[in-house]
Amino acid sequence: MPLLNPKPFESDTRADWCPGCGDFGVLAALKDALQKSGRQPHEVVVVSGIGCSSNLPGYIRTYGFHGLHGRPVPVAVGIKNANPKLLVIATAGDGDEYGIGFNHVVHAARRNDDIKLIVMNNEIYGLTTGQLSPTSKLGQKTKTSPDGSIIYPLKPLPTILGAGGTFIARTFSGDPKHMSWVIQEAIKHRGFALVDAISPCVTWHNIYDEVKKLFYRLEDRGYKPDDENEAYKAMNAQDGIPIGIFYRREDKQSFQERLAEINGGRWAADNVKSLGSEIAQSLVQEML
Amino acid sequence: MLMTGNMAAAWGARLGRADYIPAYPITPQTEIIETIAKWVRLGEMDAKLVQMESEHSMLTAAGAASLAGARVFTATSSQGLLYALEMLYNISGWRAPMMLINVARALAAPITLEPDHNDVLAARDTGFLQFHAETCQEVLDLILLAYRVAEDSSVLLPAIVNLDGFYLSFTREKVTLPSEQDVSTFLPDYNPPNPFRANMPVSKGATVLNGALYSYFKYHMHTSSIRALSVFEEAALQFERIFGRSYSPVEPYMMDDAEFVIVISNSFSTIAKQAVRRLRERGFPAGLLKLRMLRPFPSSLVARYLSARRGVAVFDQNISLGSGGIIYPEVVASLYHRRNRPQLLLPVIGGLGGKQITVEEMEKIFEAIKNEIGAESPDPIFLMRQEELETTKNMVRTAKEVQI
Ligand SMILES: Cc1ncc(C[n+]2csc(CCOP(=O)(O)OP(=O)(O)O)c2C)c(N)n1
Ligand code: SF4
Ligand SMILES: [Mg+2]
Repeated sequence: MPLLNPKPFESDTRADWCPGCGDFGVLAALKDALQKSGRQPHEVVVVSGIGCSSNLPGYIRTYGFHGLHGRPVPVAVGIKNANPKLLVIATAGDGDEYGIGFNHVVHAARRNDDIKLIVMNNEIYGLTTGQLSPTSKLGQKTKTSPDGSIIYPLKPLPTILGAGGTFIARTFSGDPKHMSWVIQEAIKHRGFALVDAISPCVTWHNIYDEVKKLFYRLEDRGYKPDDENEAYKAMNAQDGIPIGIFYRREDKQSFQERLAEINGGRWAADNVKSLGSEIAQSLVQEML
Repeated sequence: MLMTGNMAAAWGARLGRADYIPAYPITPQTEIIETIAKWVRLGEMDAKLVQMESEHSMLTAAGAASLAGARVFTATSSQGLLYALEMLYNISGWRAPMMLINVARALAAPITLEPDHNDVLAARDTGFLQFHAETCQEVLDLILLAYRVAEDSSVLLPAIVNLDGFYLSFTREKVTLPSEQDVSTFLPDYNPPNPFRANMPVSKGATVLNGALYSYFKYHMHTSSIRALSVFEEAALQFERIFGRSYSPVEPYMMDDAEFVIVISNSFSTIAKQAVRRLRERGFPAGLLKLRMLRPFPSSLVARYLSARRGVAVFDQNISLGSGGIIYPEVVASLYHRRNRPQLLLPVIGGLGGKQITVEEMEKIFEAIKNEIGAESPDPIFLMRQEELETTKNMVRTAKEVQI
């Protein structure tokens, strides 16, 4: 069905990230990908945690949910299990998803929950103004590692591959077309998709130039994301920063598909009736 | 020296010679751990600061390090405290003294950054001793006092020192820094009873699976907590001798002949004191009782100070939804068996989510106490100024219009 609104996901709330923040690129790519995937705003929920990145649901015209630090995945899973017709996208930071809430990511990958997780990875805690993150590099100076970090950074992609992840990709907000394409593929994917979106924090840890110099597209090198061992190798590449889809398999049922086999395809949200506008009005009146 | 409440807390760790500081950032606390990180780097503080992956692991590591014999300091706020709550019960059960600073911030949802005391009062029943600060000086001094009490061999419980986010955490005040030498006299090195050290193998964190044994341990912790009150009073006497500042578990303000009294804690005490002074100038017999120690709850002192007053308002900057203020019933319980208890105990709730409270509002509370005396069951007061109500209604209305 053709969309009447030429930019259906455009919100009139202006994003208040710092000028130049990588998160602007992620927001633009997500809107573009949603539109290209032919979705309507009411078919999509964007959920988040707490962080600069997690303010994203406020800047896009879909259902939205601003949750707790580290918990976007269980929020997304809860929504998906109540109403699997919705496209559920979690957008959050590296602190959120690779740190305090990483266990949820591992288990969502293991179950192959049909949710899409976009981690805006800036290797720093942006909102709390510049502390060590799980992806901060060895030697990186932050406010809580003034001598340089002595902790090895987490490698989220191979970890999630080991956990049974079925779609694992990396992209870069300095390559908007690529980012939109990766998100479109994640949306098409059957099950859990992890998109590690390199999204530099220009205020506390600006890695724009470094990534710009080092990144290359896997697709340009004829890489095929269908082999687990090749995926590990590509993820551990030492010759730059590969972006693209490292691993993808579509033969594994999603958790929700398996659940539907047990529950006969009936879901809680099937019983939900929309609120009539009079009821909605009177509720609002009551609150005033 | 001029410094923020957060800086004063960091000085508490430094002067208190904390060995180990597991950390995790959260607004409005982060300045504390960042300051310590800087000092450690500059060699001004001989300690290990380690950023963890969450408050849960931070508190777990903190309690365990205390058992292993370290003096431990950490800090959090709001969601962080709640996330770690499971560990708070464990750490007190381990009898592991340590310092946890809470920079008060209201809890989600809805999400906000400014303070009320629902976060710290969620830790009320955990076994952590609780001290609440009104000024930056008090933040520093209470840390030293609380370490002393927590590590006392007759107490051996962890402690929380609370300061209000924004109102205190980011406000600069004059703070007198004691000398390192004086602090070591007052607070000697921690000498844990059974640390994990060579030739003394002990096992901690036992399972009991037995109601009687479980009750025994809980009762033991309870009596140790209650003992902390007299240990605090004794320590405070020495503190005053050395540093010249005196602290009691509750602080009476213009109470001598006060007939109408407000019970309050933390940073809004300063505004309430201003109201008391203004009322006094007009000949109104107002007084104030500040709660500095929340756990153990200083019931006997509260009863002693409030008996024979005509009316008392209890100001709760928190809400137990479906019941009311959290401190109110504790004050009521302290007074119930007093023959000359006040005629009126008025519940007041205000300052939720950091909502500002003016001196005029505080004065209104005193008027309300006077007016409500003799009332059958006085209506609880929920503070909101007319103009605040109007603005809020407008915001809700705008949100509605945007939505439709
Ligand atoms: C339980 C809990 N602990 C700590 C915080 C404070 N906090 C808010 S955002 C954040 C980290 C932000 O970093 P990241 O997730 O990488 O997002 P970014 O701001 O970099 O986009 C922290 C520690 C919190 N909100 N909740
Ligand atoms: S602080 Fe960093 S992550 Fe946050 S909005 Fe600014 S540039 Fe972006
Ligand atoms: Mg980040």
